[in-house]
Amino acid sequence: MKKNIAGTEIDVNEEGYLTDPSQWNEQIAAAIAVEEGIGALGEGHMKVVRYLREQQAKGAALTIRSMGKSGVVTTKELYDLFPGGPLKKSSKIAGIPKPVGCI
Amino acid sequence: MSKHLLILGGGTAGTMMANHLRRKLPATEWRMTVVDRSDKHLYQPGFLFLPFGKYDESDIIRQTRDFMPGGVEFMQNEVEKIVPEQHAVTLKDGQELKYDILIVATGCRTAPEETEGMLGPKWRMNVHDFYTLDGARALREKLKTFKGGRVVVHINEMPIKCPVAPLEFTFLADTFFREQGIRDKVTLTYVTPLSGAFTKPKSSKKLGHLLGDKGIELVTEFVAEKVDQENDKLVCFDGREVPYDLLVTTPTNMGDESVRRSALGDDLDFIPTHKHTLQSIEYPDVFVIGDATNLPASKAGSVAHFESETLTDNIIRHIEGEPLKEEFDGHSNCFIESGNGKALLIDFNYEYEPHEGNFPFSFGPMKLLEESRLNHLGKLAFRYIYWNVLLRGWPLLGISRQKKKPAAFAE
Repeated sequence: MKKNIAGTEIDVNEEGYLTDPSQWNEQIAAAIAVEEGIGALGEGHMKVVRYLREQQAKGAALTIRSMGKSGVVTTKELYDLFPGGPLKKSSKIAGIPKPVGCI
Repeated sequence: MSKHLLILGGGTAGTMMANHLRRKLPATEWRMTVVDRSDKHLYQPGFLFLPFGKYDESDIIRQTRDFMPGGVEFMQNEVEKIVPEQHAVTLKDGQELKYDILIVATGCRTAPEETEGMLGPKWRMNVHDFYTLDGARALREKLKTFKGGRVVVHINEMPIKCPVAPLEFTFLADTFFREQGIRDKVTLTYVTPLSGAFTKPKSSKKLGHLLGDKGIELVTEFVAEKVDQENDKLVCFDGREVPYDLLVTTPTNMGDESVRRSALGDDLDFIPTHKHTLQSIEYPDVFVIGDATNLPASKAGSVAHFESETLTDNIIRHIEGEPLKEEFDGHSNCFIESGNGKALLIDFNYEYEPHEGNFPFSFGPMKLLEESRLNHLGKLAFRYIYWNVLLRGWPLLGISRQKKKPAAFAE
């Protein structure tokens, strides 16, 4: 489905995650962050977002562990930056798929 | 001189590959060896039932050798290191095995040491796991005398083997405590690092009610910083705490330690593998199957089964110098125990999430993504299929390696 985010028509799934990471830009990230209740994105948020996008582009599985060990952010900082859902909120803002189980 | 095909791991995937390939490779040209540290083959889906006294150990333990075809040498030994540059594997006792083709089927293991406090003094006293035979046994003894209290079922981090098993355990525990007449003295809580017990929209819509119906409390987005054994509680990185009287945890899953010693894995010791061909990304004569891969597929026996069919064809192609089939599609299917003698059945792959429909044929007889008694009987019958059909590398009637396109998507 289509959704208008920051003035652009974007392809998203039914939960609002981007289905095409290449449609992403920083304005879209900022708009999703406001929707998710994270507010304005600082440099700390953007470091995480950029790291997530790099890893996703490489085809790597994204886990709290790999982020915690990446040197970009500690797991505690991740919760501080994206309270209530560090993985799902940061992934949504980064324009990559939600981390999911098999069902 | 004949060539050597070496398989590391005599579990589900390794045994299936030995059976498939021995039928395909002429014994005059190819020697085959399987190495495993254990000479016991465990029916791992049985670990889910063992704690509730539903299965005996004799139902789930067999001799690995009994499933190896003639013409395959089984060596009980520990792998020290894989050295792909030299086409060699060294064993703990110093022996070196040379190979022409290597299949790594070393699976995954639970790593409770990865979480602070998990292996404290109360490990297997009120902090339990059921992903190992010892763990399932200890939990069975614990449940025999359990009088009530806060039972917390926990997933530490993804990915885990058989990702739905902790949820099944929770459903079966609900039934078990009912049968014991103590359900009113037990609270059941399911704690997950994901955003829900069901994370895919279709499953969530169809099955989301199950937790509420059974009075199971759900705690999501919970990544455990530590297990505080002094105060009997799980502590999340964001400060949330979940107190327990009995913790049934699923520790972090990692690949085999020999993978780490060989520096072949990612940060969880899973080996980078081509997701459609099952060839190692780095070494063309190395193939990886089952839980040992880093594929974004479930770590489950059904996946290993579907992979084994593609991998058999690809090894033959590789030997003949033909391009590999980019065929494996992440196909997985499994029965999910939902308690009260019922189960669900799901079928999915990389592309299609679990959906509704009939299985395995267009008329059924089983229904996908729906609770039924027939599915539960299917799960129980599956143990016979596992020992007698699956491990022998025979195909399953009506269930192809690649997932059939769901009816809703068919053109």
